[in-house]
Amino acid sequence: MPHLRALRPGRAPLLWSAAPAFTRALTVALAVALTAALALAPSPARAAAPEQTLLNVSYDPTREFYRQINAAFAAAWSQKTGQKVTIRQSHGGSGAQARAVIEGLKADVVTLALAADIDTIATHAGLLPETWQSLLPDNSAPYTSTIVFLVRSGNPKGIRSWGDLAREGLEVITPNPKTSGAARWSYLAAWAWASRAHPDTPEAVLDYMRALFRNVPVLASGARGATTTFTRQGIGDVLLTWENEAFLALNELGRGQFEIVVPDLSILAEPPVAVVEANAQARGTGALARAYLEFLYSPEGQALAARHGYRPRHMEFAAPEDRARFRDLELVTIADPVFGGWPRAQKEHFATGGVFDRIYEPGPR
Amino acid sequence: MAHLFSAGKRFRVLPGFGLTLGLSLSYLGFLVLVPLAAVFLKASGLGLSGIWDLATAPRTLAALKVSFGTSLCAAFVNTVAGTTTAWVLVRYPFPGRRFLDAMVDLPFALPTAVAGLALATLYAPSGFPGSLFASGSTLGSLFPGGELKIAYAWPGIVVALVFIGLPFVVRTVQPVLEDLDREQEEAAATLGAGRLRVFTRVILPVLLPAMLTGFALAFARALGEYGSVIFIAGNRPFQTEIAPLLIVTHLEQPDYPAATALAVVMLVMAFAMMLAINLLQAWTRKRLGHP
Repeated sequence: MPHLRALRPGRAPLLWSAAPAFTRALTVALAVALTAALALAPSPARAAAPEQTLLNVSYDPTREFYRQINAAFAAAWSQKTGQKVTIRQSHGGSGAQARAVIEGLKADVVTLALAADIDTIATHAGLLPETWQSLLPDNSAPYTSTIVFLVRSGNPKGIRSWGDLAREGLEVITPNPKTSGAARWSYLAAWAWASRAHPDTPEAVLDYMRALFRNVPVLASGARGATTTFTRQGIGDVLLTWENEAFLALNELGRGQFEIVVPDLSILAEPPVAVVEANAQARGTGALARAYLEFLYSPEGQALAARHGYRPRHMEFAAPEDRARFRDLELVTIADPVFGGWPRAQKEHFATGGVFDRIYEPGPR
Repeated sequence: MAHLFSAGKRFRVLPGFGLTLGLSLSYLGFLVLVPLAAVFLKASGLGLSGIWDLATAPRTLAALKVSFGTSLCAAFVNTVAGTTTAWVLVRYPFPGRRFLDAMVDLPFALPTAVAGLALATLYAPSGFPGSLFASGSTLGSLFPGGELKIAYAWPGIVVALVFIGLPFVVRTVQPVLEDLDREQEEAAATLGAGRLRVFTRVILPVLLPAMLTGFALAFARALGEYGSVIFIAGNRPFQTEIAPLLIVTHLEQPDYPAATALAVVMLVMAFAMMLAINLLQAWTRKRLGHP
């Protein structure tokens, strides 16, 4: 009976077994806590390796684009400096990625869907200066995009402009502006069109937005989810989406099933990039991170952007067949007086109790 | 030796109490207590009146209604269907039984996002069995409006929640059924009880506590489910928006106090419901005379 050992006479009871059970329990708990604390303590800095790594925290649809950029940049960098560099990439919803960086994801650079998300990193965590957008050319956005319509082949509902989207009985697919960067741009594009169509009647603009979102049967959480709903599940008559995502749907998801309608007016979406200064400094990757982002502005980087459906800032570097895909349209920027920049637009439209919340009240229709 | 006997009061025959209790305490502390305390701490930034305002906002109420309503529906469906499944698996030998038994656990293993996406595609009007209920179909015409929207509507949420909650009921009822003494049923039959009477008076009373446990587990699991539901829910405010999505929406702002306050509201409500279920369970055990 081994478990009765403590009862044997002649054997001094161990301090451990004599201690009250509760004390023992507490000791174990403390020991576990201590071990955890030791494991979490910073380990001594490792010697600087000749090979450097860089973490690019980006949003969802850029995966394929940055995979090619990374390979091209690594080759260019090792040719120039002889140093080998590995770039890791992380993708997710733009807002969620910004939150991950705030919570401690050690990103050297962020390449997100909206300036507002990088602003959040600057204001909530102070990891980069609030003037970050002026540190690189073109508002720190090396490529731009816009929101276009994807409709079913032959455009059976005859959708041509933003005004058509509010027609009764039409189904419009767009993600939730609260959780998706693309959806915020779509929403703002619609708003820009409506406020030009009804310049003096704000109530008419709001009515248009209400009618538009009444036609939205599904608010997917992200751009990819909305694309799936439209292309694979066959729901909706029109999908509002990134231009690059529309090209992708056209080429890969269903040849001959869809076509792109470019409205006369849309929004100039500027997905910005920035070095997360505090992280790069701590890891000693500042120069590398900056060179990486500057590479996006190089002829090679610009050509790759165009290949993946983003509008390069310098269209002359794009291959002719890529250039031909981009149609001319009037593009409204976020700095337009209608919006007054990201901080104001964010607060007015997408914050709790903002315009987007209000167009859904007073409830079920 | 004397002190050993004087300590006899707290001496336990089974060794290892201190060690295992200590490990359990740290385990629960790190994984449950610390995160929960953090949630309450963060939410307290809003103050009680702030939390109350948030909890009673029309949109929050609508989302809570969707979450609790669909979770309850799904838990009810699971309790009936899960008990039946457990019954079939335990009582009837048939080819493929082991395979069916293993399949029950699949919802545990499948990533919920995959489940949500698959269910949304199948239950959309273009998929199967979604097309059976689409407008123009025979089944669809039975419903007001000529169709039953499953994906991107209330029924879709219930479908997803039924899927993820099914194993809980089966796995809690199954062992009880296996232990059930057949002689009791036989005795009841020889005493003249019909089949229905045997079921309601002999079998059901033994199963009921396990069914309640399964119900509670499936309900709790459904309440917190996010991954699969957002793919099939439609996520429209006031209609198909679940409370966890509202939490994520607040996080996105980023408005941590509001997100955590909503989490606290859900926690308190869920806790109250679990407590009620446990009380009900204790009451049935006592009433039906099972220890």
